[in-house]
Amino acid sequence: MSSTDLIKVHLKVWRQDGPQAKGFFEDYTLDEVNTHMSFLEMLDVLNERLMKDKKEPIEFDHDCREGICGSCNLVINGVPHGPEMLTAACQLHMRHFKDGETITIEPWRATAFPIIKDLVVDRNAFDRIMSAGGYISVSTGNAPDANAIPISKPDSDSAMDYAVCIGCGACVAACPNSSASLFTGAKVSQLSRLPQGAPERKKRVIAMVDQMEKEGFGDCSNFAECEAVCPVGISITAIANMRTEYVKAVLG
Amino acid sequence: MEVADKKYTFNWDNKIPTGPVEKKWSTHKNNIKLVNPSNKRKYNIIVVGTGLAGASAAASLGELGYNVKAFCIQDSARRAHSIAAQGGINAAKNYQNDGDSIWRLFYDTVKGGDYRSREANVYRLAEVSNSIIDQCVAQGVPFAREYGGTLTNRSFGGAQLSRTFYARGQTGQQLLLGAYSALMKSMKSGKVAVHTREEMLELVTVDGEAKGIISRNLVTGKINRHAADAVLLCTGGYGNVFYLSTNAKNSNVTAAWRCHRKGALFANPSFTQIHPTCIPVSGEYQSKLTLMSESLRNDGRVWVPKKVNDKRHPNEIPEDERDYYLERIYPSFGNLVPRDVASRNAKIVCDEGRGVGETGLAVYLDFRDAIKRDGEDAIRDRYGNLFDMYHKITDDNPYKLPMRIYPAVHYTMGGLWVDYNLMTTVPGLFALGEANFSDHGANRLGASALMQGLADGYFVIPYTIGNYLAETKPGQITTDHAAFDQVEKEITEEISKLLSIKGSKTILDFHRQLGKIMWDKVGMSRDEDGLKQAIAEIQALRKEFWTDVFVPGKAATYNKYLEYALRVADFLELGELMARDALERKESCGGHFRLESQTPEGEAKRDDENYSHVSAWEFKGKDAEPVEHREPLEFENVKLTQRSYK
Ligand SMILES: Cc1cc2nc3c(=O)[nH]c(=O)nc-3n(C[C@H](O)[C@H](O)[C@H](O)COP(=O)(O)OP(=O)(O)OC[C@H]3O[C@@H](n4cnc5c(N)ncnc54)[C@H](O)[C@@H]3O)c2cc1C
Ligand code: FES
Repeated sequence: MSSTDLIKVHLKVWRQDGPQAKGFFEDYTLDEVNTHMSFLEMLDVLNERLMKDKKEPIEFDHDCREGICGSCNLVINGVPHGPEMLTAACQLHMRHFKDGETITIEPWRATAFPIIKDLVVDRNAFDRIMSAGGYISVSTGNAPDANAIPISKPDSDSAMDYAVCIGCGACVAACPNSSASLFTGAKVSQLSRLPQGAPERKKRVIAMVDQMEKEGFGDCSNFAECEAVCPVGISITAIANMRTEYVKAVLG
Repeated sequence: MEVADKKYTFNWDNKIPTGPVEKKWSTHKNNIKLVNPSNKRKYNIIVVGTGLAGASAAASLGELGYNVKAFCIQDSARRAHSIAAQGGINAAKNYQNDGDSIWRLFYDTVKGGDYRSREANVYRLAEVSNSIIDQCVAQGVPFAREYGGTLTNRSFGGAQLSRTFYARGQTGQQLLLGAYSALMKSMKSGKVAVHTREEMLELVTVDGEAKGIISRNLVTGKINRHAADAVLLCTGGYGNVFYLSTNAKNSNVTAAWRCHRKGALFANPSFTQIHPTCIPVSGEYQSKLTLMSESLRNDGRVWVPKKVNDKRHPNEIPEDERDYYLERIYPSFGNLVPRDVASRNAKIVCDEGRGVGETGLAVYLDFRDAIKRDGEDAIRDRYGNLFDMYHKITDDNPYKLPMRIYPAVHYTMGGLWVDYNLMTTVPGLFALGEANFSDHGANRLGASALMQGLADGYFVIPYTIGNYLAETKPGQITTDHAAFDQVEKEITEEISKLLSIKGSKTILDFHRQLGKIMWDKVGMSRDEDGLKQAIAEIQALRKEFWTDVFVPGKAATYNKYLEYALRVADFLELGELMARDALERKESCGGHFRLESQTPEGEAKRDDENYSHVSAWEFKGKDAEPVEHREPLEFENVKLTQRSYK
C-alpha cells in the first residue's frame, strides 16, 4: 500500500425528504479524506459528522459493499457508479478523485424508479419484470439428475456471462430513454442459452417485455450507454438477443 | 433427557429418529404427519428472510399450496447476503469418480466441525446434497462445466475429494438467483407475497406458540402486524456483532435475538468462524472486510519476516529471512490447514511483532513461486477476478507483490437451537440456514453453508413443517388479538425511547467499541480473565448506549440509522451471551480456542468427556443471568479423534 494520502473534496449531494418533496443539492466539504477509503466510507464519515452536529444524515442504499448485491445506486459526477469502468459505487475508492475536486452525487433517475428519500429509490419494478417470466418453471423435487442434460461449455459460459447481472439498475439510470432492456435482455439471454429454458422460451420473452413496458421503462434506441456503465460488463448483445427472441416468439 | 452433571438439565426433545443413521431421514419422512392438500391453503406461513434458506423455503412451501408471506430488509429479495458467497457448494455426487459418497461427505463435515454437531442432522444434509445440485441445474444455474458438457468440481479445504460445484467466483449469487427466480414464480402464482424493505422487529406468541410477527415498513416507518400459523426465521448469521466482518452491512441478529427473548434457546452462541484470508483493515473509517476466497491457499504461500519489526519491502526480504510458518509448523498440510488453524497462527505471528503492512496486522500470501512455476496466465485463469478485486481495494498488484491478508469474522456456527424438524423451543417457530445452529459444530467447512441453507429450505422444511401444522388448527389467531397490541406497544415505545435519547455518541461509536471488545476478548483466542472483562465491559457499554446514543430523524420515515440503532441494541445483548458461552466452554474446539486448553505444541485441545454437548441458553430477562442447558451429543458412527494437521 502506498502511504496514506489525504485529499479535500467538495460534495454536492441530492437531498429529498420524501417521494413527494422537492429535492435540492446541498454542499459539504470534507477536509481530510483518506484516499484508501471507499466512496461509501467517505459518505459514512460525512454522516458521522452530520450526526455529531445533530443533523440528519444522508440516506443511501448499500449492503454487500463488494459489488455483488446491486444495492448501491449513486450517480457520481453524472455517471451511474462513477468514473471507474466495471466498478460499482461501493467498490470505487477515493484515490480516483483529485485533491480539491467537486463531486456531485445523485440517485438513479427514472420514472420507473421513484425516489424514496435522498439517494434511495424504489426498484421493485425489476422484481415485477422477473416475476412476469424470469424463471424456469420447475417445482422443488422435480428435477432430473444434474448431468442428465449435457450443456456445452461455451453455451454454459455464455449463459453465465449474462447471469452475472446484479440488478442494480445502472443501465436504466444511464439510458436517455430509461430503458430496462439490458436488465431484461440479460435474463432472457441467459435462459435462452440453456436447454432447460427452452419450453417457456417464447412465453417468457413476451411476458417480460410486456411487463417492462407496463412499468414505464422506455424503449431502447441503441445508445449503448447501459453497457458502458454496467459494473459487471453485461454486453449489449443481450438486447439484440432479446429482440430476436421476441420477434421469433411473436411470429412463431 | 438427564445429563450426568446434575447442574445441567435438558428437557427438550431433539426429535432425532431412532434407527441407523442412514435410515433416519427416510423413516422420519414416512412417519411425518401430512396436511391434506386442500387444507394447505388454509395455513398462513411467514418466512422472514429471502437468502438461500428463506427464498428456497418460501418458494417450495408456496408450491405445496400454503399461503406464504416472505420478508426482507433489502429492496429486493435477490439482494440477501447469500448473494456474496464466492467459492462453491458441496455435494456427494461423485461425478469425479474419486470415491466420494454421502458417507464421506457426512464424515468430513462432522470431523471438520470438530465433533460438536449432531450426527443425524449432518447425515441428512449430506443425503439431500445431491438433490440440491439437480434442483439448481433445472432452474438454470450455470455451474461450471467440462468441455464434454458435464458438471465440473473443485476441491476445498478440509476435504480430500473434489466435490465442490461452483459458478466462477459467484456461486452464491447464482444459487440465490435460482432460488429468487423460484420465489418470483410463486409470487406470480399468488401463493407467495414478498414484502421487501419490511423488517421483523418482534415475534408474537400466544400461549407460548408462535402466531405472528410485528414488522416495520422501512420506507414509511409504519409498524405492521402479521398473523400466521407458523413463522420461519431465515435471517442469516450475526457476525456483525464484531462490527467488522465479511458479512453484508445489513446482516444482523435482531429477529433471532427477539425470538430468543421470547423463549427460543440460543445454541453455541460463541462458535464463530474467523476466515484466514481477508483483506486487512486499512484505517479507522473501515466499514467492512472483504474475503479473498480460500481457494487462493492452493497456490499462495503464507509467510512473514523472521525478524521482528522488519519494515523492508517484501521483495527485498531474501528467502532465508522469510518464515513460511504454516509449512514449517504443519509440514503435511502446509498452507492448506483448516481455517481455524490458519487464522490462529496468523494472529500468533502478528502478536510476536512480525506482522507486515502499515498496521502490522497482516501476513503475506505470496504467489511468486506459483507464477514462476505455472506462469502468470495460469494464475490469472484460476484467480483473475480475485486478483482484480484485491487490486481495486488495495491499489497493489498481486502479480508483482505478495497479497497482504489477515483473518476476519466470516460466519457464525451458533444460532437458534432447533430440533430435527428445524423447530425451535417455541412451538411454531422454525429456524433455517445460518440462523440455526444445527450442522456445522464448532467449525464450518468451506462450501457447506450454501448446501445447508438450500437443504433446509428446499428439502427439509417442506416435510417437517407438516408435523406441526397437522396438529394446529389454521387461522386461530388474528392481528386484533391482545398479544399483538402488547407487542406493538413495546416496540413503539422502544423506538420512541431510542429517538428521544439524543446523546453525544453515534451508533457507529458504540458498534465499533463493541466490535473491539468482541475481537480482542471473544475473538480468535479466549481466556477466563478476558471473557470476564468482556462481560463487564459490554454491560457497561450497553448502559451507556441507552443513555448517550444519538439516533437521528423520526420514526415514521425512511430512517436507516434508526434501523441500525435497533440492531446495535440487540448486538449489545448478544455479545454478552457469546462471552458467557465461551467462558463456560473451558475446552478448545474448532473455532473456539481457549488459551487454557492447549496441547504442549499449542494446538487446540478438545475435552470430549466434559464438553461433548450443545450449550443451549435460555433468556431470563435483560439484566438477569441466562441459564445454560446442555444437549448431549452422541456419536455412534464417527470415531472421535483429536484433529492433527502436522
Ligand atoms: C463473503 C462470503 C463468502 C461466502 N462464501 C461461501 C461459499 O463459498 N460457500 C458456502 O457454502 N458458504 C459461503 N459463505 C457463507 C454463506 O454465504 C452464508 O452462510 C449463507 O448464504 C447464509 O444464507 P441464509 O439464507 O441463512 O441467510 P442470508 O443470505 O444472510 O439472508 C438473510 C435474509 O434475512 C433477511 N433478514 C434478516 N433479518 C431480518 C429481519 N429482522 N426482518 C426481515 N428480514 C430479515 C435479510 O434481508 C435476508 O433476506 C460466505 C459468506 C460470506 C460472507
Ligand atoms: S453495496 Fe452491494 S453492490 Fe454496492
